[in-house]
Amino acid sequence: MTTITVTVNGKSYTRDVEPRTLLVHFLRENLSLTGTHVGCDTSQCGACVVHMDGVSVKSCTTLAVQADGASVTTIEGLANGTELHALQEGFWEKHGLQCGYCTPGMIMSAADLLKNNPNPTDDEIRHGLEGNLCRCTGYENIVRAVRYAAEKMNTVNAD
Amino acid sequence: MIPSAFEYATPATLNEAMAMLAADEDAKLLAGGHSLLPTMKLRLAAPTKLIDLRKIGELRGVSASGGGARIGAMTTYAEATASAALKGYAALIDATSIIGDTQVRNRGTIGGAMAHGDPAADLPAVMLALGATVNVIGSAGSRAIAIDDFFVGMLTTALEEGEIITSIDLPALAAGTSTAYVKFANPASGYAMVGVAASVTMSGGKVSACRIGLTGAGPSATRLEGVEQALTGSDGSEASIASAVANAGDGLDILGDIHAGEDYRRAMVSVYAKRAIVAAIARA
Ligand SMILES: Cc1cc2nc3c(=O)[nH]c(=O)nc-3n(C[C@H](O)[C@H](O)[C@H](O)COP(=O)(O)OP(=O)(O)OC[C@H]3O[C@@H](n4cnc5c(N)ncnc54)[C@H](O)[C@@H]3O)c2cc1C
Ligand code: FES
Ligand code: FES
Repeated sequence: MTTITVTVNGKSYTRDVEPRTLLVHFLRENLSLTGTHVGCDTSQCGACVVHMDGVSVKSCTTLAVQADGASVTTIEGLANGTELHALQEGFWEKHGLQCGYCTPGMIMSAADLLKNNPNPTDDEIRHGLEGNLCRCTGYENIVRAVRYAAEKMNTVNAD
Repeated sequence: MIPSAFEYATPATLNEAMAMLAADEDAKLLAGGHSLLPTMKLRLAAPTKLIDLRKIGELRGVSASGGGARIGAMTTYAEATASAALKGYAALIDATSIIGDTQVRNRGTIGGAMAHGDPAADLPAVMLALGATVNVIGSAGSRAIAIDDFFVGMLTTALEEGEIITSIDLPALAAGTSTAYVKFANPASGYAMVGVAASVTMSGGKVSACRIGLTGAGPSATRLEGVEQALTGSDGSEASIASAVANAGDGLDILGDIHAGEDYRRAMVSVYAKRAIVAAIARA
């Protein structure tokens, strides 16, 4: 067992973990934060994307021990109280989800994209979401949802 | 899928890391983990110990050095893409901005990619074209490995047991040199089925020197020396490029699979060699 301290959604947790524990399992099973999903065994689907020290990572391909000392944000940490994040609102408004399995990862990847590029073109949105697979939507509405969020965030920032 | 059990350590210095490596022959170094952890999850690898390099400060960062650049082994693709010191190496940025996906680029490291020697990885072609040097340290001391000697075979490099890559040096580009990398990506994995990097130096309207690196097509990355010879001395026109690449794949060891058979892949070597050279010259 290795003792790690990880700040998740602003709260610090100290836990003993086996080194082989994946970050996604630490979040889901030790911290009961089940918003982050596991969709594959090959690091390709992006259902598990969270932010670690400000950049998006696949938590199925990161060990919990690698997050020792880091600050992690999951989908649960995105909303501001009861006020949805612009991306969450965008996915709702633009029907960016069907079954919703890919959605937490899509939103976390999109949040990383918008942080670096607040005004992406549709091509840039698709490139930014390359690591996220969706089996339902055909991606069109996901791109619309991200565009909606970008527009909303830019208007709010302009105010 | 969960890896089999292992110990985990975060040495603070290279000396500590080397001692740990020497003490346990089944220990492995951990960089970004984006080649190693997927294989461990599938239980294709089961190291007894992971020696995480993330706390060793000297492996990080990119610096300008002697007109060229030194890339710390633990530099991620995303950091390389954003680095001012690497801006001039367009072929490198072509690769580091399209490898895998955003999350792979946020974690995967330049040193890890080189050490892994994956036959379908992008960087090997780029490093061959740029004429890089791989700096390593081991119990016998430090040494610099010329890139032409580095890729030995399928997942095999010139790294000796117990050696750690500390940095990669890129030489200064000669005046009139421009570079590019293009790839034919596997539609499922994104890895290169054929990837070609070209570095072309023009002087007085002629190609005075060039280096062309190929990855993805065969068991390990290699230079396309026949193409280099045919292109050198030509005027760099579309017609001269077409003639230089015409037989680019001949005589190469090519691997076919369900995504692209051997003959097709061999044909694509010419196609992508041409595209890379055209793209490089267009940037001159
Ligand atoms: C979904 C996905 C898509 C990908 N797509 C691509 C792609 O399109 N193109 C591409 O090129 N790659 C791709 N990759 C691979 C990615 O680039 C890897 O991150 C990279 O090849 C290895 O770097 P790493 O830092 O993750 O190394 P790790 O996985 O940590 O290590 C790889 C190997 O190198 C050794 N090692 C690491 N650092 C050192 C060092 N400093 N000295 C000596 N040995 C060391 C380790 O012991 C291990 O054996 C993809 C990976 C994933 C998961
Ligand atoms: S669970 Fe599929 S990429 Fe992490
Ligand atoms: S909404 Fe079902 S996988 Fe994307």
